[in-house]
Amino acid sequence: MAALRQIAFYGKGGIGKSTTSQNTLASMAYYFDKNIMIVGCDPKADSTRLILHEKAQNTILQLAAEMGTVEDLELEDALKPGAGIFAPDSPHGWINCTESGGPEPGVGCAGRGVITAINFLEEEGAYEEEGLDFVSYDVLGDVVCGGFAMPIREGKAQEIYIVMSGEMMAMYAANNISKGILKYANTGGVRLAGLICNARMTDFEYDLAWALARDLGTQMIHFVPRNNIVQRAEIRRMTVVEYSPKADQALEYKELARKIIHNDMKIIPTPLEMDDLEALIMKYGLEEEADEDNIGKTEAEL
Amino acid sequence: MGPESLEAKQKAAIEEVLKAYPEKAAKNRAKHLGVGSPDDESQKTCGNVRSNKKTVAGVMSQRGCAYAGSKGVVWGPVKDMVHISHGPIGCGQYSRAGRRNYYIGTTGVDTFVTMNFSSDFQEKDIVFGGDKKLEKCLNEIDELFPLNNGITVQSECPIGLIGDDINAVAKMYTKKTGQTIVPVNCEGFRGVSQSLGHHIANDTVRDYIFDASPNTLGEPIEVTDYDVAIIGDYNIGGDAWSSRILLEEMGLRVVAQWSGDATIKEMVQTTKVKLNLLHCYRSMNYISRHMEKEYGIPWIEYNFFGPSQTIKSLRKIAAFFDESIQAKCEEVIAKYQPMVDAVTNKFRPRLEGKTVMLFVGGLRPRHVIGAYEDLGMEVIGTGYEFAHDDDYKRTKDEIFRSTVIYDDVNEYELEAFVKALQPDLVASGIKEKYVFQKMGLPYRQMHSWDYSGPYHGYDGFAIFAADMDLAINSPVWGHSKAPWDKEGEA
Repeated sequence: MAALRQIAFYGKGGIGKSTTSQNTLASMAYYFDKNIMIVGCDPKADSTRLILHEKAQNTILQLAAEMGTVEDLELEDALKPGAGIFAPDSPHGWINCTESGGPEPGVGCAGRGVITAINFLEEEGAYEEEGLDFVSYDVLGDVVCGGFAMPIREGKAQEIYIVMSGEMMAMYAANNISKGILKYANTGGVRLAGLICNARMTDFEYDLAWALARDLGTQMIHFVPRNNIVQRAEIRRMTVVEYSPKADQALEYKELARKIIHNDMKIIPTPLEMDDLEALIMKYGLEEEADEDNIGKTEAEL
Repeated sequence: MGPESLEAKQKAAIEEVLKAYPEKAAKNRAKHLGVGSPDDESQKTCGNVRSNKKTVAGVMSQRGCAYAGSKGVVWGPVKDMVHISHGPIGCGQYSRAGRRNYYIGTTGVDTFVTMNFSSDFQEKDIVFGGDKKLEKCLNEIDELFPLNNGITVQSECPIGLIGDDINAVAKMYTKKTGQTIVPVNCEGFRGVSQSLGHHIANDTVRDYIFDASPNTLGEPIEVTDYDVAIIGDYNIGGDAWSSRILLEEMGLRVVAQWSGDATIKEMVQTTKVKLNLLHCYRSMNYISRHMEKEYGIPWIEYNFFGPSQTIKSLRKIAAFFDESIQAKCEEVIAKYQPMVDAVTNKFRPRLEGKTVMLFVGGLRPRHVIGAYEDLGMEVIGTGYEFAHDDDYKRTKDEIFRSTVIYDDVNEYELEAFVKALQPDLVASGIKEKYVFQKMGLPYRQMHSWDYSGPYHGYDGFAIFAADMDLAINSPVWGHSKAPWDKEGEA
């Protein structure tokens, strides 16, 4: 059996991380027979709903809070087998799901929640499951504190995929996440494995994503086009792969899955300075908007 | 009305205690209270109490935290290492040198137990992270105290909250300097009591001392057939010394003491001993089991409180070795018997029939029972701060009579039990001490022996007996009265 690979999806909030990651992981299981554990690291706990066909699964921290302490919690309470084609008896790969969960917005410490949840999974042997090929962490937003860096510490995720788009803020976030990876790359061995461009169909999106990837020293591993079938599947709490495995979009995720499985480009990123990032955006066709003279001017003024 | 049986009195006391609680709390606490009976085979744990659960919110628990379990208990006494209280200053300063772990050495030069090392976190360290500060601390310690044989990093709560990666800092520093650095993720909010801290600390011994095979720890020593290690003796008031002397007199070689008066170099040698002797089961069973599994070293539990248990334990230990050891063991027992007789003859008449209620930590709630009974005293109540089921199972074998068992007893409950059962002596920790002394009750502090000790072994028994006599028969009690005596007056 090949060694367990631990990967993580990071990216700006609302970029479509959970959707992209679940569709990709579903493809890895369905088309390539990989066995996967998803570890959702987001208090919203929406990293597994498409695999489980559920609104949101009971989270580790929610269950622990009900029982009193995390020490009282058993693995089988917190780790759910996937539904439908991802069930443990699937002729293809199976997917197990767990969510760290965390506090309501505005209270407590979500970062600590991630640490507690991952420690729990390790102590309970979730990583030693027979036949497990991939562990995938789906991590909220930015690496804002030590807790959200937990999945990229030593012995955890070794390959990071950043979900982004051609929007300026998504690119800033991707650059910032690269800084987080850089910090841990020297002590722990985590590597940036690629940008996944979840297309918003903004101007020059492909070029921008490609150039950012190049400047970070990595690759744009896949450009996932926008397609409404994703939303149609999502409303049914399903991945496209399960909803319509022959659809074009499913084949896009299949291609991304294939690239991840065979990915051999894992690097220590070279994050950009803010000026360089803006220069990059200027260079790729937005020079007019980013011209010095135009800063602070309204559309009517131009 | 005839004389009420002790058991009936104890059961009534529990019922009375529970009445004060709201329904939910009463339901919870009822599971932690029971009457242990030595002959009742149906009891799964002593008194069928449940343990190792979260404390009921709102009560004054006597428990400590995971940091206390790691820094205060397991790691703190290792004398040739520096232990950093990593975080704000309070945890380190208030836990400084309070446990009376005796050691030999020149403090500040080659030993550091009673010193307080803290990274003294400030607001900016919380906001920006303390990894760099930690590295600076490690550098400073090595510069100022070059004879230290390693540094442990004891995490306080904020470290876990802000998610500082102390493990990475430790690893990098070790790589750079070759120095042994042990990061311990023992944040106080983890687990229900100090018990988890013991476990975490044990695991770090495994991962960073045994498995790391650090190059700074010197040449391995020559092994003999009689090598043993004392595990779970923290040398409070010199306990490990008065235990060690007996083992040595019967021909064994004590390679290491865990962790009272311990050096890390000695601890590393433990992986080659023939037998591990485990005194405090709760705090060090983890590493004992690990050494059994990994190095094939068997371990046995023993009890050096009071002559009856000491003699039993000495024979149990000797039985593991050859006849020469067994013969010497009998010589040791015979040698000390006159001393035991003298102590018993002197103090037993003064203490006979006096009743005792205990509430302590890891092993003493059961281990000291025999010592009291050797003096004719009767233990009628006992309980642990942080025990698990296996401790309460073992307790059943140690009690002599119907005994009220209170797990994680809180301030209110202990006071209520004492009032109901009216013991002649309460023996517990510093937090409870003055409550009972002010009630006019003799009291002994059984965590750090009230500035006295040692209490282990034969030498310890003589001191123990004198201390109990001092507490109970002090003329000072003639000048104050217990509440129930006062009530009689009015």
